[in-house]
Amino acid sequence: MEQIEERYPFYKTFHIEGGNFLNAGSISSQVKRILKEEGFPNHVVRRISIATFEAEMNVICYARWGILNLVVFPDFIKVAIDDEGVGIPDVELAMKEGFSTADERIRELGFGAGMGLSNIKKVTDEMLLTSVVNQGTHLEFVIHVKERVE
Amino acid sequence: MMLRDIQKLLDAEVLTGKKSLDREITHAFAADLLSDVLAIARRGADGALLITGNMTHQVIYTADVVDLGAILFVRGKRPTESMLDLAEEMGIPLLMTSYIMFETCGRLYQHGLKGCIEKVGDGTD
Repeated sequence: MEQIEERYPFYKTFHIEGGNFLNAGSISSQVKRILKEEGFPNHVVRRISIATFEAEMNVICYARWGILNLVVFPDFIKVAIDDEGVGIPDVELAMKEGFSTADERIRELGFGAGMGLSNIKKVTDEMLLTSVVNQGTHLEFVIHVKERVE
Repeated sequence: MMLRDIQKLLDAEVLTGKKSLDREITHAFAADLLSDVLAIARRGADGALLITGNMTHQVIYTADVVDLGAILFVRGKRPTESMLDLAEEMGIPLLMTSYIMFETCGRLYQHGLKGCIEKVGDGTD
């Protein structure tokens, strides 16, 4: 157990390229692998992966670029994403299921149904979203880890 | 049922994961919207079959992050080579069938495959 404590917290930074639809999802896939290898329970890994996937897609769809920081503590995992892009004029409205500003290209990919942010809210324990129009958006979410697989 | 049973029932072509045909599949769901896939998988869709007409790389990444058991493309849609490479790399079996989505779901349901969740809003979603 002491050894585990010494290793934490650790963090990893990922760069997200806005508009790069081909690789959209690859960062979430890497995040999932890191957490699985760390031995976090499946339901924790799944929730972080789902939220990260939605967040990654948002940067690719709506921003020029973004940075995703994964911070891993023994008892909680935090993901923070900062992007430079169009921003969100009304955060409360954007959180509503079904509200979307997605264009045809995004919808063709099967995204842009206006469910992403509410999906993130539902799978995380804490979520914070702030935005400045035409500058960018900051999103962070936390999932608590109640048990660990040894 | 096993993945090979699904393959036979739907006269499906196995595109990747030919060695995984003995994989046991107990649950399935059908969706084209990836946010729907992620929302349904929220309560756990480990090892489930995703039936879809979504032909993007993202459907494969999505399957990977929520640990789906296999993806079945309907209506004779064929994934691109790079989608196949990605699925191979991620170890996700891909199948394709000429049946439309409705027929695909109906035939599988008739043979005992169950949905991952029955409906939303009843506390099980």
